[in-house]
Amino acid sequence: MTSGEVLLRAHGLSRRWGGLLAVDQVSLELQRGSVHAVIGTNGAGKSTLINMLSGELAPTGGRVELLGQDVTSWSQPRRARAGLGRSYQRNTIYPSFTVFENCRLAAQARTPRPWAWWQDARKCPTSMATAQTSVERAGLNDLRELAAGLLSHGQKRQLEIAMCLATEPDVLLLDEPLAGMGAEETERMLTLLAELKASHATLLVEHDMDAVFRIADCITVMVNGSVIASGTPDFVRNSPQVRVAYLGEH
Amino acid sequence: MDVATFLIQCLNALQYGLLLFLVASGLTLIFGIMGVINLAHGSFYMIGAYMAFALAPIVGATFGGGFFATLLLGLVLAVLLGYLLEWAFFSFLYEREHLQQVLMTYGLILVFEECRSLLLGDTVHGVSPPDMLAGTIALGEMMTYPVYRLFISGVCLLLALGMYLVLSRTRIGMMIRAGSTNREMVQSLGIDIKFLYRIVFAAGVAIAVFAGMIAAPVSSVYPGMGNSVLIICFVVVVIGGIGSVRGALLAALLIGVVDTFGKVLLPQASGVLVYVLMALILLWKPDGLFKAG
Amino acid sequence: MKRSEVLFVVLAFAALALFPLVAEPYGIDRVTKIMVFCIFALSLELLVGSTGLVCFGQAAFLGVGAYAAVLLSPQDGPAALWWLLPVSMLAAAAYALFMGALSLRTRGVYFIMVTLAFSQMAFYVVHDTPLGGGTDGIYLNNKPVLGTLLDLDRPLPMYGFTLACLLIVFVLLALILRSRFGRALAGIRVNEQRMRATGFSTYPYKLAAFVLSGAIAGLAGFLFAVKDGFVNPELMSWHLSGEVLIMIILGGLGHLRGALLGAFVFAMLQEFFKSEAIFGDFAKHWHLGLGASIILSVALLPRGLVDVPHQVVQRLLGWRSNAPGGKGRS
Repeated sequence: MTSGEVLLRAHGLSRRWGGLLAVDQVSLELQRGSVHAVIGTNGAGKSTLINMLSGELAPTGGRVELLGQDVTSWSQPRRARAGLGRSYQRNTIYPSFTVFENCRLAAQARTPRPWAWWQDARKCPTSMATAQTSVERAGLNDLRELAAGLLSHGQKRQLEIAMCLATEPDVLLLDEPLAGMGAEETERMLTLLAELKASHATLLVEHDMDAVFRIADCITVMVNGSVIASGTPDFVRNSPQVRVAYLGEH
Repeated sequence: MDVATFLIQCLNALQYGLLLFLVASGLTLIFGIMGVINLAHGSFYMIGAYMAFALAPIVGATFGGGFFATLLLGLVLAVLLGYLLEWAFFSFLYEREHLQQVLMTYGLILVFEECRSLLLGDTVHGVSPPDMLAGTIALGEMMTYPVYRLFISGVCLLLALGMYLVLSRTRIGMMIRAGSTNREMVQSLGIDIKFLYRIVFAAGVAIAVFAGMIAAPVSSVYPGMGNSVLIICFVVVVIGGIGSVRGALLAALLIGVVDTFGKVLLPQASGVLVYVLMALILLWKPDGLFKAG
Repeated sequence: MKRSEVLFVVLAFAALALFPLVAEPYGIDRVTKIMVFCIFALSLELLVGSTGLVCFGQAAFLGVGAYAAVLLSPQDGPAALWWLLPVSMLAAAAYALFMGALSLRTRGVYFIMVTLAFSQMAFYVVHDTPLGGGTDGIYLNNKPVLGTLLDLDRPLPMYGFTLACLLIVFVLLALILRSRFGRALAGIRVNEQRMRATGFSTYPYKLAAFVLSGAIAGLAGFLFAVKDGFVNPELMSWHLSGEVLIMIILGGLGHLRGALLGAFVFAMLQEFFKSEAIFGDFAKHWHLGLGASIILSVALLPRGLVDVPHQVVQRLLGWRSNAPGGKGRS
């Protein structure tokens, strides 16, 4: 596990919807041990970009490379099995299952063994162990037997990340993990993200600027589908294009 | 098959296809705008046909009117029925899951069928077209074609065009389309969405009833007609593609052709052919012919 | 399953096992029929309640299983049960594979429509073409035998055999639903997007559920054909597909015992409305009462009858809980 190794690479990704170019020639790299944030106004193409990286949307141009392999034609489940994890802006947890079962089912994706019809799923040592680790890492161990639908919003967002971790990914695509969170919950989430930083390559799409500048090692700014600046937080903060286009036109 | 027969079958296919398109439009209108899948839609078609049969003598005796007067009366009753039904029953279905809508409207089919059975019996009836449309028209030298069938095709085409114009060019059409995508927003703009939905539903019912009424002279009036047309409408929607009006028209015409020529060329398999068509199209295009534009 | 649920199921099967001791032949015949419907309902529960795939074409699988049993039986003597039964199930499973492969690309209401259409396809094949013997149907001249062990022509062995099939199907499904495969199906039902994001290829799972469901419905069809000695296109009618959907929602979606309960209650409702003793001449319009019951039960009891004890307890003890059961399913 070498730090700085490039785990995900996007080359000139584009997505066209009829006459509209939602994403225009975006390239970026995700390295292990660093957080790469993507920011931009609404409609800048961030969701489209992340959907192309995760495999939910096929690009009309460009390539995606995961761990050195060209995965552009791979479906989302296939990329997930190869080590790409994704969390969503709206919660995609299973509200009727317990917190623990949420993580266990996610972990089961690694060792699906669907033919073992006679065996209780909870007897699977691998998924049980991985689930326990993710639940603890997300700080939800006390709530593990609670129905996920009963969690507070912040806890649900934590569960969303925990489920992501349960598949033991190398790359994390996090879509607005802080959405709708209060100050205390944001702190907890940022601590978690900081802990995860070292062992994963993380892409963070976020609107919370304080959080982004605190945790990101590299920031890419998108406006109307194109990248207008990309670099260290200082570089972005001082970039005239960014000031004008995004951070506020004073 | 000689040229004359071929052309006649083509016209029959066109007439059947356009009628199907009309009925299917009513179904997708209700589903597209209110998100309710209404299995009883076929029952409205059946109600229309039975109304054409049952009302004709009454209209004749009371006003001395003929076919068109019956049609008008039927339409008025249909709008009333649709309005009441939406208020009493369908307005409760909007928030429910599709499965519940399916089952509740299935129950409604049973209720409608039995009510019809109680009021009008289960026998098959014929309905004569109005005198002015009852003849045949000569097409070229060698063949004649029933005027009434041309009337059906024409009316369906006009109605479809009318629906398109209302939905895309008028204010109320705009409100309806807006209400389908964002109910709360439309409500907050002060537009009474309940009333809007009621109108749309009544329109959908009226379309199906009207289609049944004008179809009665060619298809005869029998108990199972509602269910048959319903399922074929589903096939129209599936073949045509989700939310596509173009697709529904093309699908309805394709089905018209397959069914009409199938009955002539392969009478033993005619019932299956439409579904074979559907299977082939789904094999080729899993989402149907066109995706929603 | 909770202990009370297990107890209910054990008692139900015990009651079914002991029923022939007290019942008249007519009763045994009726309950055999209902048990076949229980198997049919269980097959649909796997699809709808567990995987979230609302199939409106389940009757096609029942019909294919039934017709296969009759068509593959030799004219002159009885067929051997040991191969006729699995082959009938296989035929149904094959049609399910075909239907599933073409339908599973669609979602929501369109899936409901496509499955209905494909079951109509099967209906028209047996109704119109010479393959199925037309509206008159086909008779099963000799019922299949298991050597000299089983004479399915007599009501008691038929009852016992059906009960055994029901028990095996129930236990099998209970095991499958708690297995990894079953948990994956549950995940697909609750949130397919998350399943895919986690790394499950959901299409093969759904197709497998479809085929398994078809096979079990085929078993019900086989039993139908063997019991009645007769098949006709009505077995593939979409009304039957609608009825079995009603059974499982009446009993309660998401619970295997709901399928059993729903099949029994639906059969009783039908008997009730058809009863001339109660309704006299009006009994021939029994669809009216049935239709109204369907509407009311879906409207008032959307979670089905299995939920009734829970609702009663809640009302009596004045509990208010936000979610169906605070602990959630694990």
